Amino acid sequence: MWLFNSSVGRKFVMSITGACLAFFLLFHASMNLVAIISEEGYNMICEFLGANWYALVGTLGLAFLAVVHIIYAFALSIINYRARGRERYAVSDRSNGVEWASMNMLVLGFIILGGLCLHLVNFWAKMQLVEILGSEPANGVELIKYTFSKWYFAIIYLLWFVALWYHLTHGIWSAMQTLGWSNNIWLPRIKCISNIIATIIVLMFVAVLVWYFVAGNCCCASACAA
Amino acid sequence: MDKTINVTLKIWRQAGPKVKGHFETYKLDNISTDSSFLEMLDILNEQLISEKKEPVVFDHDCREGICGMCSLYINGHPHGPDSAVTTCQLHMRRFHDGDTITVEPWRSNAFPVIRDLMVDRRAYDKIMQAGGFVSVNTGGVPDANAIPIPKKDADEAMDNASCIGCGACAAACKNGSAMLFVAAKVSQLALLPQGKVEAARRVKAMLGKMDELGFGNCTNTGACAAECPKCVPLSAIARLNREFICAKFKD
Repeated sequence: MWLFNSSVGRKFVMSITGACLAFFLLFHASMNLVAIISEEGYNMICEFLGANWYALVGTLGLAFLAVVHIIYAFALSIINYRARGRERYAVSDRSNGVEWASMNMLVLGFIILGGLCLHLVNFWAKMQLVEILGSEPANGVELIKYTFSKWYFAIIYLLWFVALWYHLTHGIWSAMQTLGWSNNIWLPRIKCISNIIATIIVLMFVAVLVWYFVAGNCCCASACAA
Repeated sequence: MDKTINVTLKIWRQAGPKVKGHFETYKLDNISTDSSFLEMLDILNEQLISEKKEPVVFDHDCREGICGMCSLYINGHPHGPDSAVTTCQLHMRRFHDGDTITVEPWRSNAFPVIRDLMVDRRAYDKIMQAGGFVSVNTGGVPDANAIPIPKKDADEAMDNASCIGCGACAAACKNGSAMLFVAAKVSQLALLPQGKVEAARRVKAMLGKMDELGFGNCTNTGACAAECPKCVPLSAIARLNREFICAKFKD
């Protein structure tokens, strides 16, 4: 099957799963933004996406995409490492126009995976998981307020978002290039589009984090003063 | 007046494919900055021969940047620090007095070292033999303009045809991937009507051979195109991907 045993096939799987995950991030980030606009609205979305069948199907689909993306990432990294040969260059210098992110996608992926685990424990386990198990889910907005008011969580999430931004800036245009949607004119354009989408996604996530970190800590300060 | 420089060379020496290699340091004095890099290596070899030592083995042929024979990974760059030139077109004026220059062979699983700085690049020939041609019945020569080809396509095909198969792309790639080479060879034919007929069969055969020979998977890092002495563009790889994915979906 060409999706397993040809290099372009493997990259094809990588780009399709990656692109789908990027679309999910775009959706997730827009959903989060509601938490700034209206707390009730955000809780309504949480309820709407609880343990309903469509939310469960979506979650399973996402888990499948993420697992395939990660397994392929490891497989590709191992094959590529071997292809490099046993001896390594003693002196290597980065070539012109080679992005740092493109050389470190696996490392960035590890950071993202670590952040994802923390995120699932922080939020998903207390919201969708408990609902699947039949209990009452936590209040979404309250959970955000609690988590993002802690300075250590804020820092970890911020680092996570930075890694995500780097991963996306390379990942999005790279996916398009792998699918063949590129030529001499469009290559600079898809790189630009990639940067814009990555920045929009990450800024939306960061906005919610900063908003609730500031809100949480200012409230604390005033409460202490009182 | 000729300007001369003194340089220290750190050169990879390896007696054979299975032998463990190592770096050896040589000092060369009074090298003219007008001499080419390969002439500098010739001077080193003369010096080694006069000292009754084994000369350094390296590939070279036309010495005018068209045969694709010279290789050498110089100071962390295939074909040295200059852009858009092959090693034979690199001159000593690119270096300074007192510089240490590290010279290594291409390092890739599919390009095993034969000796010192010479590697076996037959893998590229095998990829070409797998499908890098047009199977035509060579009859009488048709009129040059019998098949009209837009200038844009002809130019782009020519840009891809400029690939000399030197192996710098695979040598520069952190994944040891030969995608830029295969992409150039697939593109130059796929862009023209004569080559389009067999495009699907060709791309599958050449890519299959590339994977079989142990080259890596492209991660769109772009080092290949940046280091390519003939400036084959990265968009060629997108065309290769497109041709391959379309061919597979048609199957």
